Amino acid sequence: MKIAYYPGCTLKTTAKNFETSAIAIARELGIEMVELPRWTCCGTVFSLTADDLIHHVAPIRNLIRVQEMIENGQIEDEKRVLTLCSMCFNTLKRSNLRVKENTEDLKKINDLMYREKDYRAEIEVIQLLELLKEIGFDKLKAKAKNPLKNLRVAPYYGCMILRPIEVGIDDPEDPTIQKDLLEALGAEVIDNPYKKVCCGSYQTVNNKEKVAELAYNILGHAQQEGAEAITTCCPLCAFNLDTRQKEVLKNHPDFQQMPVFYITQLIAVAFGLDNKTFGFNQNYVDPKPLLKKKGLIK
Amino acid sequence: MKIGVYVCHCGGNISEVVDIKRVMKFAEQQGDVVLVKEHAHMCSDVARKMLVDDIKEHNLDKVVIAACSPQFHGRTFMGTVEKAGLSPYVMEMANIREQCSWPHYYEPEYATKKAKDIVRMAIAKARLDEPLEKKTSPIGKRVLVIGAGIAGIQAALDLGDAGFKVYLVEKEPSIGGKMVKLSRTFPTEDCAACILSPKMADVPANPNIELLTNTEIESISGFLGNYDVVAVKKPRYVDTSKCTACDKCAEVCPVVVPNEHDEGLSSRKAIYLPNPIAVPHSYVLDDKTCLGLFPLACSKCYDVCDPGAINYDQKPERLNFTVDTIIVATGYEIFDPRKKKVYEFARSKNIITALDLERLISLEAEGTSLRPIGKRIAFIQCVGSRDELVGNEYCSRICCMYATKLSQLLKRADPKRDVYVFYIDLRAYGKGFEEYYKRAQRTGVKFIRGRVAELHEDKRTNKVTLKVEDTLTRDIIESEFDLVVLSVGLRPSPGTLKIADTLRLIKSPGGWLQEAHPKFRPVDTLADGVFICGCAQGPKDIPDTVAQASAAAARAIRLMNKGEFEVDPITAFVDEELCSGCGICAGVCPYDAITIELKQGKRVSRVNEVVCQGCGACVAACPSGAQQQRWFMTPQLHAMLSAALGEEVS
Repeated sequence: MKIAYYPGCTLKTTAKNFETSAIAIARELGIEMVELPRWTCCGTVFSLTADDLIHHVAPIRNLIRVQEMIENGQIEDEKRVLTLCSMCFNTLKRSNLRVKENTEDLKKINDLMYREKDYRAEIEVIQLLELLKEIGFDKLKAKAKNPLKNLRVAPYYGCMILRPIEVGIDDPEDPTIQKDLLEALGAEVIDNPYKKVCCGSYQTVNNKEKVAELAYNILGHAQQEGAEAITTCCPLCAFNLDTRQKEVLKNHPDFQQMPVFYITQLIAVAFGLDNKTFGFNQNYVDPKPLLKKKGLIK
Repeated sequence: MKIGVYVCHCGGNISEVVDIKRVMKFAEQQGDVVLVKEHAHMCSDVARKMLVDDIKEHNLDKVVIAACSPQFHGRTFMGTVEKAGLSPYVMEMANIREQCSWPHYYEPEYATKKAKDIVRMAIAKARLDEPLEKKTSPIGKRVLVIGAGIAGIQAALDLGDAGFKVYLVEKEPSIGGKMVKLSRTFPTEDCAACILSPKMADVPANPNIELLTNTEIESISGFLGNYDVVAVKKPRYVDTSKCTACDKCAEVCPVVVPNEHDEGLSSRKAIYLPNPIAVPHSYVLDDKTCLGLFPLACSKCYDVCDPGAINYDQKPERLNFTVDTIIVATGYEIFDPRKKKVYEFARSKNIITALDLERLISLEAEGTSLRPIGKRIAFIQCVGSRDELVGNEYCSRICCMYATKLSQLLKRADPKRDVYVFYIDLRAYGKGFEEYYKRAQRTGVKFIRGRVAELHEDKRTNKVTLKVEDTLTRDIIESEFDLVVLSVGLRPSPGTLKIADTLRLIKSPGGWLQEAHPKFRPVDTLADGVFICGCAQGPKDIPDTVAQASAAAARAIRLMNKGEFEVDPITAFVDEELCSGCGICAGVCPYDAITIELKQGKRVSRVNEVVCQGCGACVAACPSGAQQQRWFMTPQLHAMLSAALGEEVS
């Protein structure tokens, strides 16, 4: 099945490993992710200001691209666009929801982009985890030639796929979607009570130390519960939890570094896919020694 | 025919929106109308006196009052018209407040137009009104009180003392309800058990009260003055008249299970005394956990029971009795905090509910310590209340004050403790409550305004870290506590929801039982002769519960005391010539008021006019027009429709 796919900036740069692994597992499941032509910035941060409609132009323009793909018959899933990055998902879905609920806003935005065809507010924005759940974790289990036996993983959710509640894909207080998925793949899932606590987000730009403390808190508690690795589906969370371990180690010399996976990387490992799709060279903490120790890769 | 029309200003409620003069002028032009007047308050004594005088002076046949909803003052004006010698059923109300001036506040022109239409409809109906006769029906002095918490106990005692026969039904083996679990009561800090136990003891001592514990209502059918009740008395396996509560049976019983009375914090045996002040003061055998019953494998308790009170062969007993009125006092249950996942109730033994803490404090006062309470204690308010995420929008009303009580009890017991209460709003609304809250502050309890965002237990130390924004100082607080107490809200008990179905009572949002009128009929329901009190009606504290229970008893006495009651003549009746006996009416009747009978070889519908509530369902359903309803006859409704549609009415 062909589905429209919106990548976003990070997926082409620091989170290329997220994209390669996602495309590979989707293909394995019979899904072809067709990238939007001429996609632009997702808008990055959803603007809550009532009259700040200009901020919603970018996300809506991307949805117009999806509309065009449907009209041109380029994709088979005729109402949805797939995202990987939590932030892109959140921004696109919320802007979409805003214009779906408010026809006046939709009209103004359409008028602003008078050179584009009008957006009809019929597209739905989904995140990869939702699609995988829809396919069925039992199907994923059947594909797992290389089950993640003995691997103790703590899923980390962040905020963007959970909140606000009207766009979230799972219970914001006690999400389980990653747990259900990883258990189907044979992993031992550790429930980290800090799985939804803030990673520090953009504070990472000008307040590295604060973010390092937050990362230490999240990773430390996961380790306390017995976790050997973290999974996430947000490039910013991944950056803060993975790359900031450098600063964590500086402040806490006894800290044991731990790998942070995009969940798609672990699915690719469980599917026994080609090493090249994993993209482990982009992970700051090298996950290969752990996976080798567990006999999951050669 | 002479019709008088009165237009009420309702002290501005109507006259600020509707142009009264134009409505009056319009009414004057209607046929049969001989008198049109206005008044600032038609419901006032002076206006009603004017109405009586006008009816006599002008020989009015019919009266139309354009004012509020008949739900509000219908009875008032019916009484006034009756005083002037007319039938109360020749008075019509045109509702130009709730249905006109209030919803159309911002469109006065439209409101005035609509008021005219409403008045014209009422005049059209009044023309065809016929005087109806009130009937009476005999009534006895028997009451069923469902639930024997403090509400049911109080209602039963009031009724029993007034000489009425009471069946007090309680599903648990002891009476006392939730209050029996509490430590002290706010704001006076009386020991809850000490003030409750004399009342509990009064119940079996009252000759008019038949106490049925361990008993559940199976069905209730019938109507005011004739409710047939079927109840099932579950086997207790212990003869309450023989049991001396010596505790020998429990000593030898090998089965240990969590004790409900202590919220599962302590344990009990399979044969046990429900609580230390239980009434009846007798042990009970829990047949779900007893090893001995099926098959008889263990008889240790039987062997040691000197008075021979234990009987393994007891069977459930079905009880049938008839009562005249019913009081529902089925109470509440606490909100299950596991539904509020962010507070991780089940994950840490150091996160407990306020009811758990009530038990810990009560037991400590009795010399038993189940667990250390610690030095740093935090209360989290509004758990399961004022929270749309868990589906409860309402305020549970008691949590602010019980937290104020529990926190200062802890602080006073050990002044070295740090006790915090995290709240959204502190609602100290009752008599003496504000003073009590101030006292807690003076005691040293720290009240911080902020909804707690996160709780995390440190697996090594078992201490709980709490994260909250102090919304008064905008500081983020992250602090470690030995004990976190969740001030859980209230939910209608499963018994309340079940009895609502059995008696077809209306529920308000949240599932609480709906009163007939929030201000003027706060303990009545729309089912005649059924009253509600206590937390079944909505969350409330003990003083309010007791007041409502006494009120419900008084309202029941009011109905029964005269030995007969008036039956509203607004009921359905059958034109037997037209009736084919198809039975559709009987099927749609929500009150089981209609039966199909054989009359001279012909099947006809018969309406029991005592049971009929005049809802009109059968009239609408009848395919042949044989069912009619007094005061809402088909020609009357047609006349109103014609008036509404602007046609000339003959």
